[in-house]
Amino acid sequence: MTAATAHAMPRTRSDGIGHGSRGKVMVTGAAGALAQHVIADLVEADYEVVGIEFRGLGDDYPDTVDYVVDFNQRPFEDVFREHDFVGIVHLGRIRFTQSTRGRRYSANVVGTSRLLRLARKYGVTKVLALSTYHVYGADPANPSLIDEEYPMRAANLMPEVVDAVELENLFNIQLYKHPELNIVILRPCNIAGPGINNEISRMLAQRVAPCLVGFSPLMQFIHVADMSRAVCMAFEQNHPGVYNVAPNDYVTYQDALVAAGCRRLFLPSVPPGLARRSMRALGRLAPPAYLVDFFKYAVIVDGSLFARTFDFQPNYALESLFADYRARK
Amino acid sequence: MRTRRYLKSRLVPRDVEAIVDGLRLGHTGSTGYDPWGLNPDTTKMTFTVVRWLYERYFRVVAHGLDNVPASGRVLLVGNHGGQLPLDGVLVSYAVASRGSGARLPRSMIERWFPSVPFLGNWMSSVGGVIGDPKNCAKMLERDEALVVFPEGIRGSGKPYRLRYQLQRFGHGFMHLAMEHDTPIVPVGIVGCEETMPSLGNMRPLARMLGLPYLPLALPAVLPARVVLNFGAPLYFGGEPGSEAEVAQRVETVKDAIRDLIDQGIAQRRDLI
Repeated sequence: MTAATAHAMPRTRSDGIGHGSRGKVMVTGAAGALAQHVIADLVEADYEVVGIEFRGLGDDYPDTVDYVVDFNQRPFEDVFREHDFVGIVHLGRIRFTQSTRGRRYSANVVGTSRLLRLARKYGVTKVLALSTYHVYGADPANPSLIDEEYPMRAANLMPEVVDAVELENLFNIQLYKHPELNIVILRPCNIAGPGINNEISRMLAQRVAPCLVGFSPLMQFIHVADMSRAVCMAFEQNHPGVYNVAPNDYVTYQDALVAAGCRRLFLPSVPPGLARRSMRALGRLAPPAYLVDFFKYAVIVDGSLFARTFDFQPNYALESLFADYRARK
Repeated sequence: MRTRRYLKSRLVPRDVEAIVDGLRLGHTGSTGYDPWGLNPDTTKMTFTVVRWLYERYFRVVAHGLDNVPASGRVLLVGNHGGQLPLDGVLVSYAVASRGSGARLPRSMIERWFPSVPFLGNWMSSVGGVIGDPKNCAKMLERDEALVVFPEGIRGSGKPYRLRYQLQRFGHGFMHLAMEHDTPIVPVGIVGCEETMPSLGNMRPLARMLGLPYLPLALPAVLPARVVLNFGAPLYFGGEPGSEAEVAQRVETVKDAIRDLIDQGIAQRRDLI
C-alpha cells in the first residue's frame, strides 16, 4: 500500500502502469471507461502511467487505478513526491448524479486547484483537462456550431453544472497565468461506446428510453476510442488552449435511440414543469431533470479548430457506434 | 427515420424530389442532417405541401428572381407580416424552385421557435436557422443565401390596420452585410398580411402560453393572392463612421422594400 493511500487500495503497486521511456503521466479519474482507454493508449505510446482515482468505489477498482486519494488531503502530495511526472491528464470529475453539491465542488474545483498548485511545484510541463460541452448550456436560442469563444452559459441556465464551468474558469486562469503548465482543455460532445456510463450512454443502452413529445434535438456523438485518441493526440502535440472535440456528423436524439435499438417512451413536454416531473418519476431510467433541456434543444459544437490543430479525424462512424448498443440488447 | 423514408416514398412526387435533389445543400452527415438540422427528406415532404400552397392556394407570382445570385453569399431582406412565418417559406420556395440557378435560402427564425414542440424540429429540418448573429455569420462564411426579416415579431405580429407599414428594423442585418461584404436583395411581399388578418394581440394569454404574441384572428389561413418582388442587389461596402450612418443605410433598404411593396400592390389583381 502506498503512502498516498487514503482509502482501501485495490493493489499495492506504486510504480505505475507500463515501462515507457517517455516519462510518467498522471491520469486522474482512472477508474472511468475513458481513462482506461487513455491509459492503454498512453502506455502504447511509450509513457508510464500512474492512475489516480478520488471517487470512493468500495473495492471495485479496475487495474488502471494505482492510488485512491482525495486531492484535498495531504497524502496527495506524496504521489508527486514519489513520481516525477512529465504530464497530467485530468479526466476525473464527479458528475451531478454522483455526489452532493458540496462534495462535488470540493472535489472538482478545490481539488483541481490543489492539483494545479502541485503540478507547478513539481515542475509538470503538460496538463490536459477534460471538460464537457454542457458548459455552453442548452437553450432554444443557441446558435449552431458553437465555437470555443462562445460564453459558458450553463452557469446561468443550469446551476447544477456550475462546478464544471468554474473548473474551466480555473483552468483558463492558469492557462494564461502559468503558461509553463501548457494547459489544453477539451470540451467533447457526447462520449458514447462500451463501458461509458454517462447520461446519454445510459439512454442508448436501455431497451426503453424516454424522449419528450415534439422534441428531438440534433446531437453529436464521439466514440470512446476516438475520444481517447483525441486526448492522447492533444497531450502529445500539446498546443495550449481550449478546444471543442466533436465530429462533423449529426443525428437527432430520437433517430439515435432508434438506431441503438431502443424503444421510445414519449413523455409530455409542455408545460416544462410536467416534463421535469415525468423525468424525475422515471428515476435512473431517465436523464437527470436538470439536463432535460439537452434533450429538447440542440447544442452543436464546432470541432473544426481541434481537427485542424491536431489533425484529428474520428475513426468510428455513427452507424457503428449505435450498432454496438443495438448488438448488446 | 423509417417512418420519414416511408412517407417520403409515398407522398413526394418525382418533380418535387428533383427540385430538392438539384439544390446544393452543403454537407449533410451520415444520417442526413447538416449542423443546423436541415434534412433533405423532410424538405422534400414539406415542399410537396408548399408547392400546392404556392401554386394553388396562394397563387404566388414572383418577379425579379434573376436579382438573386445563383451562388455566393446574399441576404434576402423583406417585410414581415401575416402572423405566421408563411412569407419566409414562400420566398425560400420561390428561389429554390426557379429552375436555373435555384438554391435554398435559409430563413432566419425567431429564437423562441425551438421551444415549441414539433415546430422547432420541423423548421430546422426544412432550413430554418435561429436568428443569431453567430449563426448568420457562419452561414455567410459558407456562401449561403439567408432570408431575413429585420422587423422580427414587430412585423409578423402587427394588427391588420398596420398592414404594409414597415415597423422598426433591427440593424443587425446591415452590420452582417457590411462585415461579410454581402449584397442585400430587397424583397417586397404582398398578400401575406391578408392570410390572417388580426384585430390585435391577446397579450395576457400569449404571456401565459409563453408566446411573443397571440393574434385575435380567425383560426384559419385565408387563400390570399401573394406577389413577391425581388429588387436589384444593394451593396454597402466600407466601414460606417457611426451608428447613425448604419441607420441611414437601413433606411435605404427600407425605402427599396417600400417601393417593391407598392409595386406588388399595384400588380395584384384581387385580394383573394
